[in-house]
This record gives sequence, structure tokens and C-alpha cells, in this order.
Amino acid sequence: MRRLLVLGAGTAGTMVVNKLRRRLDRPDWRITVVEPSDTHYYQPGYLFLPFGAYGPRQVVKPTAPLIADGVELVRGEVDRVATAENRVLLSDGRSLPYDYLVIATGVTPRPDQTPGMLDGGRWRRSIFDFYTYDGALALRDALDRFDGGRLVVHITDLPIKCPVAPLEFAFLADAYFRRRGMRDRVELVYATPLPGAFTKPIASARLGSMLDDRKITVEPDFLVERIDGTTLVSYDEREIPFDLLVTVPLNMGADYVARSGLGNELNLVPVDRHTLLAKGHDTIFALGDANDIPTSKAGSVAHFSVEVFTGNFLAHVAGRPMTGSFDGHANCFVESGDGRALLVDFNYDTEPLPGSYPVPALGPFRLLEDAAVNHWGKLAFRWMYWNVLLPGRPIPLPAHMSMAGKHIPKPEE
Amino acid sequence: MPVTTIAGRDIHVDDEGFLAAYNEWDPDLAKQLAAQIGIELTDAHFKAIDFLRADYATQGETATLRRVSTLGGIPTKELFTLFPKKPAKKMAYIAGLPKPHGCV
Repeated sequence: MRRLLVLGAGTAGTMVVNKLRRRLDRPDWRITVVEPSDTHYYQPGYLFLPFGAYGPRQVVKPTAPLIADGVELVRGEVDRVATAENRVLLSDGRSLPYDYLVIATGVTPRPDQTPGMLDGGRWRRSIFDFYTYDGALALRDALDRFDGGRLVVHITDLPIKCPVAPLEFAFLADAYFRRRGMRDRVELVYATPLPGAFTKPIASARLGSMLDDRKITVEPDFLVERIDGTTLVSYDEREIPFDLLVTVPLNMGADYVARSGLGNELNLVPVDRHTLLAKGHDTIFALGDANDIPTSKAGSVAHFSVEVFTGNFLAHVAGRPMTGSFDGHANCFVESGDGRALLVDFNYDTEPLPGSYPVPALGPFRLLEDAAVNHWGKLAFRWMYWNVLLPGRPIPLPAHMSMAGKHIPKPEE
Repeated sequence: MPVTTIAGRDIHVDDEGFLAAYNEWDPDLAKQLAAQIGIELTDAHFKAIDFLRADYATQGETATLRRVSTLGGIPTKELFTLFPKKPAKKMAYIAGLPKPHGCV
């Protein structure tokens, strides 16, 4: 009997075991997934927690019922992967052999990596993150108490999970303070290490004014070196003081990835970008945020890549070549406030383009355009996540990006 | 794809002037590109640029500042001194590599 071992029961790990359980014969294959948490979080919902639009009920479910029958769920923390022995060691001393390994332990915000962020005495007092459940809830209370001043939305460094979420946060904060009748007492600043809030030419041209329109000041090319009290200080000695900081700490892969010699400088697993097979290994794949592919770290990428991976994996274990090729397809709803949203759809080679995005029954959605229909799409997606995506049911969206509905604007547009 | 003439040679560039062909680059061209953005290249600059070129050849992506500091051994602070204000973009430009970018 062969054994597939999956590390992490997050978005990618859960989809993989549920899909493969249906495709791999039970007498021939044992499937095990290792996960330290007994709770599964709907991470896209974190964005809505600070504004009170979602509560815990929308975001939290127990892990075990999400895993298919016939998949063994092991609660535990990975200590390291002993690649030479095809074995994973857990921190409690257990040892799990594998024939094939899928690393799907994602990335984690690491406020400890920026001096003064976690250790400056202001963490979760005037410095908050919203990419963790606890952080998003703590920020909800802080926003509730906030009576004006400078709120800085900040990205430490890239890559990060859901790279549009900080922008969405800024848009939603603008709408939130307007609703509370205190927008004139809040200065909103968006600090990014990138050259701007939008960097792709067509998205910049069409969406660049969204920040000006909302009186959100952009501080581009700002790479933080440290936080001095309530001031962000960049490597080139620029300073941004804040009353309330909403930061996205450095995102890193799991430390066991580094201890196992499988990671790059951010503990991400270098993989072939089309097959997601770990470089230099024939039995180890890395899926979801845990790998180093040059596209967004997002649930949509996890989903589209798992679709391609499933077929490839069945071929690979049968000794046949992997013919599926992941194209870096991502799509993301971008909340813009007041019940509206944008939709972007892109891949390794095609930047976000305007047009329409066909989806049976729900769509079409409007690409690169601020529209209410996109906001409803984002809200509807939560149901899809729990009921269709995680169980690994077929979804009527092609895994590869399609040009249907898209158009490339002429320079004068 | 636009073609521009630098140092008497025809060079393929993208809309923002970043080199589009890895093999059209050499150190002399780097000096010209650097001069265009007000930087005079020293050995310290070339250490970063050589790392970027070698890393791109194996990775297929322009290295991030973090990668240059962690693997290339050049502190981020120094990169900001060598290539002021926008080190990631300036290094990529001089090294003849694609500009680093976000998703939208």
C-alpha cells in the first residue's frame, strides 16, 4: 500500500486530500493529512471582521468534518521532513513515512521579523494585523475605539497572501469612517514597498484614481527597516508616524521547511511553476501559498493549481509524464467600499484586463470595474468555499485563464 | 517591441525601457544604463548586479531585495545607498532584467 502524506489542512491541503481520496483506490492508497489546528478559518473573511461585517460564525469551522471519510487526520506539528528517508517527523516524536509528500502549510505573518513591531510594546495596542483571526478581532475593537488621527495601512514586504487585501482594507476603512461620520478626522495613508498601489499598466491607468478619489495618501517604495515607537522607519530613513498602524507583517513559510533544507530565503519551497513538483525532488510537491510560484498567494491560485495538480499526480504515480501545466491563473474580488467591488483575473503572462468574466448562474462579473455585482460575487463565494471548493467538488470555472470576455485596451482608452 | 540604441547598439526594451532580452546585456551596457539614471557603477554595484544576473539565470525571476541581502550577502541598507530610493527597480534596470511588480 502506498502512502500520500499531506502537510497542512488549510485551503490547498483540504482540497487535495478530498479530491484525491475520490481518485486513488482505497486498497492501494492510504492518505494522511497532518494539521496542528482543530479549526479551519475562512481567511478571505478576515477582511470583513474588523468592520463588523462578518462575525466568527462566518469564518470558523471545525477541521475534522471538512476532511473526507477515508482520509486520516493527524493532529500534530511538523518538526522536519527527512527527505533521504521519505519520512516526516512530528514534534511529539511520531514519525510518518510517505511515498509521496505534499507540502501545503502555507505562509504565516511574522511580526517578529521587523524590529519594534512585535517587541516595541505596542503590538495589538496601536499596531495590528488582520491576516490572523485574533488580529482581525483585536483590530475590530481598536477601530471601534479610534476617535481620529493617522491610520497607516502598511505592507512590510512581498510576497504576501492576497496582495490586494491591504488595498481593500484601505477602501473599506474609508467607507467605514464615512459611515461613522468621522472621515474628516482620519488621515488615511497607504505605505507599500512597491512603486505604487497599482503596478500593472492597465490596472494603474484605470484604477489609479481610486486612491485620490478617497483621499488616501500613497507612500510608494517604502521598505520598512524598523518601527520606533509609533513611527515606521524605512531603510532609506523615511519616517511615517501613525496613531493606528494596520500592518501586513513579513509572510514566511513554515520553519520546518527551512530545517528540512527545502526552503528559499522566505522558507518557500522552490517548485516547477507548471507542475509544482519541488525542485530536486521527485516525490515532493508544494501547493498553495507554501511554494514560490510567481503569482498571487491566494485561495483562487490554490484552487486552480490543485485542479491541474490532481491530474498530474495520477499520471506521475503511474509512471507517466505530467502533461497538465499550471498557468498561474488567479482571480480576486477587490472590495472598494459601499457594497461595490472589482474583479481581477490574470495569470503568469497576462496582466489584469478589463471586460467581463463569465460565470454560469452568478455572472457575468465586470473585470477591472467597480460594480455591485462583483461585491455580491465576493459574498456568494463564502458559500462556494465551504460547500464546493473544500469538499473538492467540480466547479464550473476553467482552471486555466481564458481570454473570453476580456479585451486589451488601446493606448488612448 | 521597441528598439533603442545604447552605446551604439540596438537593444530591445519594454515600454519603460527595461531590457527585454537577457543576452543583449554586458557590463559596458550596464554602465550606460546606470549613467542614464545618474549612477556611476563601482565594484560594490557590480557585486549586486552580478548576483541578480546569476540568480535570474537559474530562477527566471528578478531577485527581491531580501534575496539579494540574504543570499547575495549585501545588506538592504547598503542597497539603498548604492541605488537610492528605488533599489529593486534600479538594480533590475541596470542588470537588464524585468522590473519587479505586484499583481495589479
